[in-house]
Amino acid sequence: MTDPVLSLSALTRDFGPFRAVDGVSLTIRRGSITGLIGPNGAGKTTLFNMVAGTLKPTSGTVSLNGTDITGLPSEALFARGLARTFQIPRPFRRMSVLDNVMLAPPAQLGETVFGALFGRGKVAAEEARLRDKARDILAFMTLDKLADQPAGKISGGQMKLLELARALMGDPSVILLDEPAAGVNPSLTRTLIERIEELNRRGTTFVVIEHDMDFVMRHCDPVIALAEGRVVFEGSADEARVNPLLLDAYLGAPA
Amino acid sequence: MIGLISYLAFFATMAGILAIVVLGLNLQWGYTGLFNGGVVAFFGAGAYGTMILGGRPEPGQFGGFEWPFLFALAGGVLLAGAIAWIVGILTLRLRHDYLAIATFGVAVAFESIARNAEWLTGGAKGLRGFPRPLEAAIGNTFVYGLCFLAMVMAVLAAVYWALQRLVQSPYGRALRAIREDEVAARSLGKNPTRLRLQSFVIGSMIMGVAGGLYVAFYAFVSPQDLAPILTFQVWAMLIVGGAGNNRGAVLGAFLIWGAWTGSGFALSKFAPAAMQLYTGPIQYILIGTVIVVMLLWRPQGLLPERITQRFTKTASKVGTTSKGAF
Ligand SMILES: Nc1ncnc2c1ncn2[C@@H]1O[C@H](COP(=O)(O)OP(=O)(O)O)[C@@H](O)[C@H]1O
Ligand SMILES: [Mg+2]
Repeated sequence: MTDPVLSLSALTRDFGPFRAVDGVSLTIRRGSITGLIGPNGAGKTTLFNMVAGTLKPTSGTVSLNGTDITGLPSEALFARGLARTFQIPRPFRRMSVLDNVMLAPPAQLGETVFGALFGRGKVAAEEARLRDKARDILAFMTLDKLADQPAGKISGGQMKLLELARALMGDPSVILLDEPAAGVNPSLTRTLIERIEELNRRGTTFVVIEHDMDFVMRHCDPVIALAEGRVVFEGSADEARVNPLLLDAYLGAPA
Repeated sequence: MIGLISYLAFFATMAGILAIVVLGLNLQWGYTGLFNGGVVAFFGAGAYGTMILGGRPEPGQFGGFEWPFLFALAGGVLLAGAIAWIVGILTLRLRHDYLAIATFGVAVAFESIARNAEWLTGGAKGLRGFPRPLEAAIGNTFVYGLCFLAMVMAVLAAVYWALQRLVQSPYGRALRAIREDEVAARSLGKNPTRLRLQSFVIGSMIMGVAGGLYVAFYAFVSPQDLAPILTFQVWAMLIVGGAGNNRGAVLGAFLIWGAWTGSGFALSKFAPAAMQLYTGPIQYILIGTVIVVMLLWRPQGLLPERITQRFTKTASKVGTTSKGAF
């Protein structure tokens, strides 16, 4: 792999005596949609949390575009183009859907006390620009009709789309999606997949945790499998399809 | 007639001062979700700070520097801000539970210092004698009362205006996001430590402003003014008016202060003599009941938070989007 956007080296995380992620070394190819699979409790979310800066690793390193980012907080990583969504959506419930999205861009002029109090004109211009962009993104995610709704009142599936919409607002180069299709109805799932593929064509790298094997086999390449905190498989979707270990564990009877 | 107007001016002045305190708490709790159980400490810091710097000298008493009112007030406000900053740093990220305990503690400590550090605070008898701004120039007590009311209302309006600017901007959006979900806000690039600390310090300084006005109004401050009931009243005002809504905060201040003074008046006028001993406790029970009823019946307050901010509303511009080009 010549151009890794992310590389993880011996990444490990303990919770007390329990080792949730155990020496994971991986590279994520730029421009890929990498699938991350594995049974519940395998450590997938914990791995995401470490890469995205939500949790500090016990040991090991992460680098983004060749720069060591180990231990940087998630707020710093978002500004560097690394975004993530959550397995259980975390909308800002008592804020409108539009505000949820407009929040995201880093270093807004009106985000300081001084700018908010005294930079009215410039802030208004910036807000107008952000509003247009946010409306475009909401339309892209089919959420435009809900823009003025409180984010706590939309459906679980729509919250998943909102998570991605918020992430897009920061123009990330890498997006980590934690079970984006879980609990989402089939028509929204189709929307979501189309949007992911479209963004990928435009150059965004995705790492996707997903239990829906149909989704993984059809849209992800490569596929990485985690079990008990370790990488147990790494290869193309075609290889994954015929790997006996994965067939047993995730695919049920061979198709 | 003049008596009635005087009384109304007195009432409105006090309500206006309290409304400023409630606005400070609204920034902390309503917009940022920071629990402040020690409102009196920051109000008191403003009051004592202003009194010590701007008061008249007394024999054997530190302070009484007779600074011009605005400078004394600024000093009191800075003291309130400094205490808030230290509390904020010590409780690190101002997590709910630590902050609640720490602010309760600060209020108790502050009251204890006020009661015991006689050389500085005058102890239990407090500090007396404050050259009220422009009092000599205006002379007439009745007119002065009205002028003082006008000044308090002007400060209230200025604080309201500045806070509205703050909370209706991207800054306020970031505060609300931190309040709703810190982990998600961080994943979207927001720094909760900075935002929380700022919000807590600014809110506390606003409480300090109110404390300074209070001291100028009464020309007197004592540990009695730092009783926990004040924190309790201010919370009741915010809950009744509507946390997350600055107009609600002001409305709540006037309503609850009206109910408080009204019930005190009614009890002293109409209750049997034996009951009058219990006026205080009865008022406590009344205000507690108001809070409970409000939380059950209308937890969002009389004027609830606006979920859709006017300035970001989309309805007017639908149809101008260029799909997919972001
Ligand atoms: N904050 C935590 N404290 C303790 N144990 C945790 C914590 N987070 C995750 N774990 C444990 O780590 C293991 C891996 O969890 P997770 O990464 O969520 O798995 P997955 O996403 O693959 O289902 C599980 O056994 C889980 O119970
Ligand atoms: Mg998980």
